[in-house]
Amino acid sequence: MIVTARDKGLVCCQSCARVWPIDQPHCGACGTRLRSRDQMSLQRVWAWWIAGVLAYIPANLYPMLHTRTLLHSSEDTIIAGAFEIAAHGSIIVAGIILGASVIIPLCKFFAIAYLALAVTRGAHWPARRQFVLYEVVEFIGRWSMIDVFVVAILCSVVQLSVAASIAPGVAALAFACSVIFTMLSAQSFDPRLIWDRIETPPTKDAT
Amino acid sequence: MTPPQNFDLKSLIACPKCDALYRVGPVEKGDQAKCLRCRTVLYARRRDAGLIIISTALASTILVIAALFLPFIEISRLGFKNGSTLIDAALAFYGGPLFVLSLAVIGSIIALPLTRLFLTLYTLTPLVLNRPAWPGAKRAFRLSETLRPWSMAEIFLVGCAVSLIKLTDLARVELGPAFWMFVSVILLMAIQNSFMCRWSVWKALER
Repeated sequence: MIVTARDKGLVCCQSCARVWPIDQPHCGACGTRLRSRDQMSLQRVWAWWIAGVLAYIPANLYPMLHTRTLLHSSEDTIIAGAFEIAAHGSIIVAGIILGASVIIPLCKFFAIAYLALAVTRGAHWPARRQFVLYEVVEFIGRWSMIDVFVVAILCSVVQLSVAASIAPGVAALAFACSVIFTMLSAQSFDPRLIWDRIETPPTKDAT
Repeated sequence: MTPPQNFDLKSLIACPKCDALYRVGPVEKGDQAKCLRCRTVLYARRRDAGLIIISTALASTILVIAALFLPFIEISRLGFKNGSTLIDAALAFYGGPLFVLSLAVIGSIIALPLTRLFLTLYTLTPLVLNRPAWPGAKRAFRLSETLRPWSMAEIFLVGCAVSLIKLTDLARVELGPAFWMFVSVILLMAIQNSFMCRWSVWKALER
Protein backbone atom coordinates (compact mmCIF):
# COMPACT_ATOMS: atom_id res chain seq x y z
CA MET A 1 0.00 0.00 0.00
CA ILE A 2 1.38 3.35 -1.05
CA VAL A 3 1.52 6.11 1.55
CA THR A 4 1.56 9.62 0.17
CA ALA A 5 3.38 12.57 1.64
CA ARG A 6 0.03 14.27 2.19
CA ASP A 7 -1.25 11.32 4.27
CA LYS A 8 1.66 11.89 6.64
CA GLY A 9 1.07 15.62 6.91
CA LEU A 10 4.04 16.36 4.66
CA VAL A 11 4.53 18.14 1.37
CA CYS A 12 6.91 17.11 -1.39
CA CYS A 13 9.07 19.54 -3.34
CA GLN A 14 8.35 19.07 -7.04
CA SER A 15 11.82 20.00 -8.17
CA CYS A 16 14.09 18.20 -5.69
CA ALA A 17 11.78 15.52 -4.20
CA ARG A 18 12.65 16.53 -0.64
CA VAL A 19 9.89 16.35 1.96
CA TRP A 20 8.78 19.10 4.36
CA PRO A 21 6.03 19.74 6.93
CA ILE A 22 2.81 20.55 5.10
CA ASP A 23 2.61 24.17 6.28
CA GLN A 24 6.08 25.13 5.04
CA PRO A 25 5.77 27.67 2.18
CA HIS A 26 9.13 27.14 0.42
CA CYS A 27 11.47 24.19 0.03
CA GLY A 28 14.40 24.44 2.44
CA ALA A 29 16.78 22.76 0.01
CA CYS A 30 16.09 24.43 -3.33
CA GLY A 31 13.67 27.29 -2.57
CA THR A 32 10.84 26.13 -4.84
CA ARG A 33 7.35 27.10 -3.71
CA LEU A 34 5.68 24.13 -2.04
CA ARG A 35 2.10 23.04 -2.67
CA SER A 36 0.69 19.74 -1.53
CA ARG A 37 -1.83 19.89 -4.39
CA ASP A 38 -1.93 22.81 -6.78
CA GLN A 39 -5.50 24.07 -6.32
CA MET A 40 -5.20 26.61 -9.13
CA SER A 41 -3.79 23.97 -11.46
CA LEU A 42 -6.97 23.15 -13.39
CA GLN A 43 -7.92 26.80 -13.87
CA ARG A 44 -4.57 27.51 -15.46
CA VAL A 45 -4.79 24.32 -17.53
CA TRP A 46 -8.14 25.40 -18.99
CA ALA A 47 -7.06 29.01 -19.54
CA TRP A 48 -3.99 28.01 -21.59
CA TRP A 49 -5.98 25.24 -23.27
CA ILE A 50 -8.57 27.71 -24.59
CA ALA A 51 -5.81 30.08 -25.74
CA GLY A 52 -4.10 27.18 -27.52
CA VAL A 53 -7.27 26.05 -29.30
CA LEU A 54 -8.10 29.61 -30.36
CA ALA A 55 -4.61 30.16 -31.79
CA TYR A 56 -4.79 26.83 -33.61
CA ILE A 57 -7.75 27.96 -35.77
CA PRO A 58 -5.99 30.80 -37.67
CA ALA A 59 -2.89 28.60 -37.84
CA ASN A 60 -4.78 26.30 -40.18
CA LEU A 61 -6.77 28.90 -42.11
CA TYR A 62 -3.97 31.28 -43.11
CA PRO A 63 -0.95 30.45 -45.28
CA MET A 64 2.21 29.24 -43.58
CA LEU A 65 4.51 29.91 -46.54
CA HIS A 66 4.57 32.24 -49.54
CA THR A 67 6.64 30.45 -52.18
CA ARG A 68 7.72 32.29 -55.34
CA THR A 69 9.71 30.67 -58.16
CA LEU A 70 10.32 31.87 -61.71
CA LEU A 71 7.20 30.29 -63.07
CA HIS A 72 4.62 30.56 -60.36
CA SER A 73 3.95 31.69 -56.83
CA SER A 74 1.88 29.89 -54.24
CA GLU A 75 0.59 30.21 -50.71
CA ASP A 76 0.44 27.06 -48.64
CA THR A 77 -1.49 26.35 -45.49
CA ILE A 78 -0.14 23.60 -43.22
CA ILE A 79 -2.36 20.88 -44.65
CA ALA A 80 -2.04 21.96 -48.28
CA GLY A 81 1.75 22.07 -47.88
CA ALA A 82 1.85 18.53 -46.52
CA PHE A 83 -0.30 17.24 -49.38
CA GLU A 84 1.91 18.98 -51.91
CA ILE A 85 4.95 17.21 -50.48
CA ALA A 86 3.10 13.92 -50.60
CA ALA A 87 2.28 14.61 -54.25
CA HIS A 88 6.02 15.04 -54.90
CA GLY A 89 6.50 11.51 -53.63
CA SER A 90 7.94 12.00 -50.15
CA ILE A 91 5.12 10.37 -48.23
CA ILE A 92 7.24 10.00 -45.09
CA VAL A 93 8.03 13.70 -44.83
CA ALA A 94 4.40 14.57 -45.49
CA GLY A 95 3.58 12.15 -42.71
CA ILE A 96 6.03 13.81 -40.31
CA ILE A 97 4.58 17.25 -41.08
CA LEU A 98 0.97 16.11 -40.81
CA GLY A 99 1.80 14.22 -37.63
CA ALA A 100 3.70 17.06 -35.97
CA SER A 101 1.39 19.88 -36.91
CA VAL A 102 -2.08 18.38 -37.21
CA ILE A 103 -2.41 15.03 -35.47
CA ILE A 104 -0.20 15.74 -32.42
CA PRO A 105 -1.78 19.14 -31.63
CA LEU A 106 -5.30 17.78 -31.99
CA CYS A 107 -4.53 14.71 -29.86
CA LYS A 108 -2.92 17.00 -27.30
CA PHE A 109 -6.04 19.16 -27.03
CA PHE A 110 -8.19 16.07 -26.45
CA ALA A 111 -5.70 14.45 -24.08
CA ILE A 112 -5.34 17.51 -21.85
CA ALA A 113 -9.10 18.07 -21.80
CA TYR A 114 -9.64 14.40 -20.92
CA LEU A 115 -7.10 14.53 -18.07
CA ALA A 116 -8.56 17.73 -16.64
CA LEU A 117 -12.10 16.34 -16.84
CA ALA A 118 -11.02 12.96 -15.46
CA VAL A 119 -9.56 14.64 -12.39
CA THR A 120 -12.76 16.55 -11.61
CA ARG A 121 -15.46 14.17 -12.83
CA GLY A 122 -13.89 10.73 -12.60
CA ALA A 123 -12.90 8.51 -15.51
CA HIS A 124 -13.01 5.00 -16.90
CA TRP A 125 -9.29 4.84 -17.38
CA PRO A 126 -7.19 3.61 -14.45
CA ALA A 127 -4.84 6.15 -12.90
CA ARG A 128 -1.73 4.56 -14.35
CA ARG A 129 -3.01 4.85 -17.90
CA GLN A 130 -3.99 8.48 -17.28
CA PHE A 131 -0.51 9.13 -15.98
CA VAL A 132 1.09 7.55 -19.06
CA LEU A 133 -1.12 9.80 -21.19
CA TYR A 134 0.12 12.81 -19.17
CA GLU A 135 3.76 11.79 -19.65
CA VAL A 136 3.25 11.33 -23.39
CA VAL A 137 1.60 14.76 -23.69
CA GLU A 138 4.44 16.37 -21.71
CA PHE A 139 7.08 14.66 -23.82
CA ILE A 140 5.59 15.12 -27.25
CA GLY A 141 4.24 18.67 -27.01
CA ARG A 142 7.51 20.40 -27.84
CA TRP A 143 7.89 18.45 -31.09
CA SER A 144 5.08 20.39 -32.72
CA MET A 145 7.54 23.26 -33.04
CA ILE A 146 9.12 21.37 -35.98
CA ASP A 147 6.89 23.15 -38.46
CA VAL A 148 7.84 26.60 -37.17
CA PHE A 149 11.52 25.72 -37.49
CA VAL A 150 10.99 24.36 -40.99
CA VAL A 151 9.42 27.69 -41.99
CA ALA A 152 12.33 29.58 -40.38
CA ILE A 153 14.94 27.50 -42.20
CA LEU A 154 13.17 27.65 -45.56
CA CYS A 155 12.70 31.41 -45.36
CA SER A 156 16.33 32.06 -44.46
CA VAL A 157 17.84 29.65 -46.98
CA VAL A 158 15.63 30.18 -50.02
CA GLN A 159 16.52 33.75 -50.92
CA LEU A 160 17.69 33.32 -54.52
CA SER A 161 16.47 36.66 -55.87
CA VAL A 162 14.27 35.91 -58.92
CA ALA A 163 14.95 32.17 -59.08
CA ALA A 164 13.09 31.27 -55.92
CA SER A 165 12.17 32.87 -52.63
CA ILE A 166 10.07 31.89 -49.64
CA ALA A 167 8.51 34.22 -47.07
CA PRO A 168 6.74 33.30 -43.83
CA GLY A 169 2.97 33.61 -43.48
CA VAL A 170 0.84 34.72 -40.55
CA ALA A 171 -0.05 31.13 -39.72
CA ALA A 172 3.52 30.51 -38.54
CA LEU A 173 3.02 32.96 -35.68
CA ALA A 174 -0.42 31.60 -34.80
CA PHE A 175 0.90 28.06 -34.86
CA ALA A 176 3.90 28.86 -32.65
CA CYS A 177 1.56 30.55 -30.15
CA SER A 178 -0.74 27.54 -30.17
CA VAL A 179 2.16 25.16 -29.45
CA ILE A 180 3.51 27.37 -26.65
CA PHE A 181 0.08 27.81 -25.04
CA THR A 182 -0.60 24.06 -25.11
CA MET A 183 2.83 23.37 -23.58
CA LEU A 184 1.99 25.81 -20.79
CA SER A 185 -1.39 24.14 -20.37
CA ALA A 186 0.20 20.70 -19.98
CA GLN A 187 2.85 22.08 -17.61
CA SER A 188 0.15 23.64 -15.41
CA PHE A 189 -1.43 20.24 -14.82
CA ASP A 190 -0.54 18.78 -11.43
CA PRO A 191 -0.12 15.00 -12.03
CA ARG A 192 -0.59 14.24 -8.34
CA LEU A 193 -4.30 14.99 -8.83
CA ILE A 194 -4.55 11.85 -11.00
CA TRP A 195 -3.48 9.58 -8.17
CA ASP A 196 -5.68 11.18 -5.52
CA ARG A 197 -8.74 9.51 -7.03
CA ILE A 198 -7.34 6.04 -6.38
CA GLU A 199 -8.24 6.27 -2.71
CA THR A 200 -11.91 6.71 -3.60
CA PRO A 201 -13.32 3.89 -5.80
CA PRO A 202 -13.46 4.81 -9.51
CA THR A 203 -16.80 6.13 -10.75
CA LYS A 204 -18.39 4.38 -13.66
CA ASP A 205 -21.38 5.20 -15.80
CA ALA A 206 -24.42 2.93 -15.53
CA THR A 207 -24.45 2.21 -19.26
CA MET B 1 -0.68 11.56 12.94
CA THR B 2 2.16 13.81 14.03
CA PRO B 3 4.66 14.70 11.33
CA PRO B 4 8.15 13.31 12.02
CA GLN B 5 10.81 15.66 13.33
CA ASN B 6 12.95 17.71 11.00
CA PHE B 7 16.01 15.42 11.11
CA ASP B 8 13.75 12.58 10.03
CA LEU B 9 12.66 14.40 6.89
CA LYS B 10 16.12 14.12 5.36
CA SER B 11 15.77 10.37 5.11
CA LEU B 12 12.49 10.63 3.18
CA ILE B 13 11.88 11.10 -0.51
CA ALA B 14 8.52 11.66 -2.17
CA CYS B 15 7.70 11.12 -5.82
CA PRO B 16 7.20 14.57 -7.39
CA LYS B 17 4.67 13.11 -9.86
CA CYS B 18 2.40 11.09 -7.56
CA ASP B 19 3.31 12.08 -3.99
CA ALA B 20 4.18 8.52 -2.89
CA LEU B 21 6.48 8.62 0.13
CA TYR B 22 9.61 6.50 0.53
CA ARG B 23 12.47 6.17 2.98
CA VAL B 24 15.96 6.40 1.46
CA GLY B 25 18.90 4.58 2.94
CA PRO B 26 22.49 5.45 2.04
CA VAL B 27 22.73 5.94 -1.73
CA GLU B 28 25.79 4.46 -3.40
CA LYS B 29 27.14 5.40 -6.82
CA GLY B 30 25.35 3.40 -9.47
CA ASP B 31 22.12 3.12 -7.46
CA GLN B 32 18.80 3.83 -9.08
CA ALA B 33 15.34 4.18 -7.57
CA LYS B 34 11.96 4.26 -9.29
CA CYS B 35 8.60 5.14 -7.84
CA LEU B 36 6.60 1.93 -7.34
CA ARG B 37 3.35 3.57 -8.33
CA CYS B 38 4.11 5.70 -11.38
CA ARG B 39 7.63 4.45 -12.26
CA THR B 40 9.11 7.93 -12.26
CA VAL B 41 12.87 7.74 -11.69
CA LEU B 42 13.50 9.23 -8.25
CA TYR B 43 17.25 9.16 -8.49
CA ALA B 44 19.89 7.53 -10.68
CA ARG B 45 23.43 8.10 -9.51
CA ARG B 46 26.07 7.19 -12.01
CA ARG B 47 29.81 6.91 -11.67
CA ASP B 48 31.74 10.08 -12.59
CA ALA B 49 28.47 11.70 -13.66
CA GLY B 50 29.64 15.21 -12.66
CA LEU B 51 32.83 15.02 -14.68
CA ILE B 52 31.05 13.67 -17.76
CA ILE B 53 28.32 16.32 -17.55
CA ILE B 54 30.86 19.13 -17.23
CA SER B 55 33.02 17.94 -20.09
CA THR B 56 30.08 17.41 -22.44
CA ALA B 57 28.62 20.79 -21.44
CA LEU B 58 31.95 22.51 -22.12
CA ALA B 59 32.31 20.80 -25.49
CA SER B 60 28.73 21.64 -26.48
CA THR B 61 29.20 25.31 -25.52
CA ILE B 62 32.24 25.61 -27.76
CA LEU B 63 30.50 23.79 -30.63
CA VAL B 64 27.33 25.90 -30.41
CA ILE B 65 29.27 29.17 -30.41
CA ALA B 66 31.43 28.07 -33.33
CA ALA B 67 28.40 26.79 -35.24
CA LEU B 68 26.75 30.19 -35.01
CA PHE B 69 29.07 31.72 -37.57
CA LEU B 70 29.55 28.87 -40.03
CA PRO B 71 27.15 28.04 -42.88
CA PHE B 72 24.41 25.63 -41.97
CA ILE B 73 22.82 24.90 -45.32
CA GLU B 74 23.81 26.16 -48.77
CA ILE B 75 21.59 26.00 -51.82
CA SER B 76 21.99 26.92 -55.46
CA ARG B 77 19.52 27.17 -58.34
CA LEU B 78 19.92 28.63 -61.80
CA GLY B 79 23.30 30.09 -60.84
CA PHE B 80 21.98 31.86 -57.77
CA LYS B 81 23.60 30.78 -54.54
CA ASN B 82 22.71 31.32 -50.90
CA GLY B 83 24.17 30.06 -47.66
CA SER B 84 22.46 30.35 -44.34
CA THR B 85 23.97 30.33 -40.86
CA LEU B 86 22.09 29.50 -37.68
CA ILE B 87 21.70 33.20 -36.99
CA ASP B 88 20.16 33.74 -40.43
CA ALA B 89 17.66 30.98 -39.73
CA ALA B 90 16.81 32.50 -36.39
CA LEU B 91 16.40 35.93 -37.96
CA ALA B 92 14.24 34.66 -40.82
CA PHE B 93 11.18 36.40 -39.43
CA TYR B 94 13.06 39.60 -38.64
CA GLY B 95 11.70 42.86 -39.98
CA GLY B 96 7.96 42.61 -40.40
CA PRO B 97 5.07 41.71 -38.17
CA LEU B 98 6.47 38.27 -37.47
CA PHE B 99 9.62 39.44 -35.67
CA VAL B 100 8.24 38.04 -32.38
CA LEU B 101 8.77 34.64 -33.93
CA SER B 102 12.43 35.51 -34.47
CA LEU B 103 12.82 36.00 -30.75
CA ALA B 104 11.13 32.66 -30.08
CA VAL B 105 13.38 30.87 -32.56
CA ILE B 106 16.59 32.54 -31.32
CA GLY B 107 15.55 31.71 -27.77
CA SER B 108 14.70 28.09 -28.32
CA ILE B 109 17.62 27.09 -30.56
CA ILE B 110 20.49 29.37 -29.44
CA ALA B 111 19.89 31.45 -26.32
CA LEU B 112 18.19 28.89 -24.07
CA PRO B 113 20.47 25.93 -24.87
CA LEU B 114 23.52 28.18 -24.27
CA THR B 115 22.04 29.58 -21.05
CA ARG B 116 21.33 26.07 -19.81
CA LEU B 117 24.90 24.98 -20.63
CA PHE B 118 26.36 27.95 -18.74
CA LEU B 119 24.08 27.37 -15.75
CA THR B 120 25.00 23.68 -15.66
CA LEU B 121 28.71 24.52 -15.74
CA TYR B 122 28.24 27.17 -13.06
CA THR B 123 26.38 24.79 -10.74
CA LEU B 124 28.42 21.64 -11.21
CA THR B 125 32.03 22.76 -11.65
CA PRO B 126 32.64 23.56 -7.94
CA LEU B 127 30.80 20.40 -6.89
CA VAL B 128 33.01 18.20 -9.04
CA LEU B 129 36.13 19.94 -7.72
CA ASN B 130 34.89 19.29 -4.16
CA ARG B 131 34.66 22.99 -3.41
CA PRO B 132 31.72 24.79 -1.80
CA ALA B 133 29.04 25.75 -4.33
CA TRP B 134 29.34 29.17 -5.98
CA PRO B 135 26.91 31.88 -4.83
CA GLY B 136 23.45 31.57 -6.38
CA ALA B 137 24.13 28.00 -7.51
CA LYS B 138 20.71 26.83 -6.30
CA ARG B 139 18.94 29.55 -8.22
CA ALA B 140 21.06 28.77 -11.28
CA PHE B 141 20.19 25.09 -11.19
CA ARG B 142 16.50 25.79 -10.63
CA LEU B 143 16.45 28.16 -13.60
CA SER B 144 18.22 25.59 -15.72
CA GLU B 145 15.55 23.01 -14.86
CA THR B 146 12.73 25.47 -15.62
CA LEU B 147 14.22 26.18 -19.04
CA ARG B 148 14.61 22.50 -19.91
CA PRO B 149 11.38 22.07 -21.95
CA TRP B 150 11.96 25.35 -23.82
CA SER B 151 15.38 24.51 -25.13
CA MET B 152 14.60 22.92 -28.49
CA ALA B 153 17.88 22.34 -30.28
CA GLU B 154 17.03 18.72 -31.10
CA ILE B 155 13.64 19.67 -32.52
CA PHE B 156 15.36 22.26 -34.72
CA LEU B 157 17.57 19.51 -36.11
CA VAL B 158 14.58 17.39 -37.13
CA GLY B 159 13.12 20.56 -38.65
CA CYS B 160 16.33 20.82 -40.70
CA ALA B 161 15.92 17.27 -41.97
CA VAL B 162 12.37 18.03 -43.06
CA SER B 163 13.32 21.27 -44.80
CA LEU B 164 16.20 19.51 -46.58
CA ILE B 165 13.73 17.27 -48.31
CA LYS B 166 11.48 20.21 -49.15
CA LEU B 167 14.52 22.05 -50.53
CA THR B 168 15.82 19.28 -52.76
CA ASP B 169 12.75 19.82 -54.96
CA LEU B 170 13.60 23.46 -55.37
CA ALA B 171 17.37 23.64 -55.59
CA ARG B 172 20.68 21.86 -55.08
CA VAL B 173 21.37 21.58 -51.36
CA GLU B 174 24.65 21.21 -49.47
CA LEU B 175 25.01 20.75 -45.75
CA GLY B 176 27.52 23.08 -44.12
CA PRO B 177 29.93 22.33 -41.24
CA ALA B 178 27.58 24.00 -38.73
CA PHE B 179 24.98 21.33 -39.41
CA TRP B 180 27.34 18.53 -38.35
CA MET B 181 28.52 20.54 -35.34
CA PHE B 182 24.92 20.89 -34.30
CA VAL B 183 24.37 17.14 -34.70
CA SER B 184 27.25 16.47 -32.31
CA VAL B 185 25.89 19.03 -29.85
CA ILE B 186 22.59 17.13 -29.76
CA LEU B 187 24.43 13.85 -29.12
CA LEU B 188 26.53 15.42 -26.35
CA MET B 189 23.41 16.91 -24.77
CA ALA B 190 21.70 13.51 -24.83
CA ILE B 191 24.70 11.98 -23.01
CA GLN B 192 24.64 14.85 -20.55
CA ASN B 193 20.93 14.31 -19.88
CA SER B 194 21.32 10.62 -19.25
CA PHE B 195 23.97 11.28 -16.59
CA MET B 196 22.12 14.12 -14.88
CA CYS B 197 20.47 13.14 -11.60
CA ARG B 198 18.60 16.12 -10.20
CA TRP B 199 18.16 14.58 -6.79
CA SER B 200 21.90 14.05 -6.36
CA VAL B 201 22.68 17.58 -7.53
CA TRP B 202 20.27 19.09 -5.00
CA LYS B 203 21.71 16.83 -2.32
CA ALA B 204 25.22 18.02 -3.17
CA LEU B 205 24.18 21.68 -3.34
CA GLU B 206 22.80 21.46 0.18
CA ARG B 207 26.11 20.57 1.79
